[in-house]
Amino acid sequence: MANIMIRTAVSGGLTFYLPKRDLEASISSIEFDTQEKWGGELKLDNGGIYYIDPIARPPRLPISLRARRIGAAED
Amino acid sequence: MTTLSREETEALIAEVLEVYPEKAKKDRAKHLTVNDQSIEQSKKCITSNRKTLPGVMTVRGCAYAGSKGVVWGPIKDMIHISHGPIGCGQFSRAGRRNYYVGTTGVDTFATMNFTSDFQEKDIVFGGDKKLSKLIEEIDQLFPLNKGISVQSECPIGLIGDDIEAIAKKTSAAIGKPVVPVRCEGFRGVSQSLGHHIANDTIRDWVLDKRDGVTMETTPYDVAIIGDYNIGGDAWATRILLEEMALRVVAQWSGDGTLAEMMNTPKVKLNLLHCYRSMNYISRHMEEKYGIPYMEYNFFGLTKIIESMRRIAAFFDDSVKEKCEAVIARYQPMVDAVIARFKPRLQGKKVMLYVGGLRPRHIIGAYEDLGMEVVGTGYEFGHNDDYDRTIKEMGNATLIYDDANGFELEEFVKRIKPDMVGSGIKEKYIFQKMGIPFRQMHSWDYSGPYHGYDGFGIFARDMDIALSNPVWNNLLPPWKKVTAEAVKEAA
Ligand code: SF4
Repeated sequence: MANIMIRTAVSGGLTFYLPKRDLEASISSIEFDTQEKWGGELKLDNGGIYYIDPIARPPRLPISLRARRIGAAED
Repeated sequence: MTTLSREETEALIAEVLEVYPEKAKKDRAKHLTVNDQSIEQSKKCITSNRKTLPGVMTVRGCAYAGSKGVVWGPIKDMIHISHGPIGCGQFSRAGRRNYYVGTTGVDTFATMNFTSDFQEKDIVFGGDKKLSKLIEEIDQLFPLNKGISVQSECPIGLIGDDIEAIAKKTSAAIGKPVVPVRCEGFRGVSQSLGHHIANDTIRDWVLDKRDGVTMETTPYDVAIIGDYNIGGDAWATRILLEEMALRVVAQWSGDGTLAEMMNTPKVKLNLLHCYRSMNYISRHMEEKYGIPYMEYNFFGLTKIIESMRRIAAFFDDSVKEKCEAVIARYQPMVDAVIARFKPRLQGKKVMLYVGGLRPRHIIGAYEDLGMEVVGTGYEFGHNDDYDRTIKEMGNATLIYDDANGFELEEFVKRIKPDMVGSGIKEKYIFQKMGIPFRQMHSWDYSGPYHGYDGFGIFARDMDIALSNPVWNNLLPPWKKVTAEAVKEAA
């Protein structure tokens, strides 16, 4: 588990930030994207996949969450 | 000067890598690349933020340098103790030209060196007592200090002194903030982690100290973050922002104070110049206080105008109008600068190798003068820096990460740029090779380079370096004679 931060990108999409490794990547897909259920599997454009427990859509971004890495570490 | 094609540049990289042993070659190959603007993600072509290869001459610094030298050092009304042996602080003292106003030694302390001067017995028995005593003495001798930060050097981490406990205790005793910073030099691969650690200590020990205290605010409050006021850069920036009728509440951290930092959570917009060293705290403020941050670039006409418009777009129409008025007012001044210098500089090629933000931020300023940047690289950049660089650089130009002395020299020999912009460690090598050089860390005792005022100075400095008559006198007279004789004979 690692702390991550999700924020709205300048271009409008979502970006993923992992402070521990100073890793910034855009989120290419998010598993659940509705008002009540938001989160799940996050696919990053660098090939990484992370999982966050689904929550109600946060009223404001950025938000810090706990995430689990799925699959091998990307670099 | 030669322009290389993509294949030639690739061949050049391969040729330079030839001298390394197999393993080193494989490692370094990942850090050198030929720019391809069609690539969206830098990690596909370049690896960065990795440990430097042992045995090569890197120009990187340590985490202590990133914290004490970059982020904390320019906070002028605090005293920053270099905690540990005397060398780290003394050899880095006042080397960075972050200007400030104030009376040094009375109410400002940025160029002074405070150290706990560790001796053998402190290493053996621990330096806690010494540090407490030092902090109390400092507060007696310099009562106008607003706070103290303890910047750990390597031995502190090795012997495991509890500087956090001392900080809490002494802070209560002197009634001022004492911030322990665990920025031992061995942490991380470069100064970059030092920036991060320093940002985190600001978050934990400074930023929330005035939460709940009200301050008179306006809808136009902004903070300048990551402008270190090298040669007065932040002042040149501040002038422009104030002319746009914005109120600059804080300058982090060039000519900045502790109170300004504590007031920053009340601003409307954080303006982030050096993304690399201060993005951490900007992200934190965005999440905790809902203050958006914006990366901007005040180098060179094109980028200044673009950035000012983007900043103005955050505010109401009155700011937008003022922004346009400012742009219009300065236009004749920059027109004159360009008319004077562009014909002299047109077509010249530049190679850069700097840190932080400059490898990408100054490209636009050179282009405004008709010059071209043919190679660039970061000492301690990360992938997100390179992501932002690819688009700024021309196709088939060279990009190098954590380049070492040998590689830079070989690249310069082959690419033959008209000018190199890098730091003091590279300066004399290239000047002796007969290549005009400007220090792009410290502006070579000049500056500011930010903003409209800075652009004129930048253009003049580049011209001074390139047009210096010394470059025609590199050949000693006796060799010149033979060269002419040969020509005549031919
Ligand atoms: S690496 Fe350690 S000893 Fe060297 S300058 Fe940095 S803090 Fe000091």
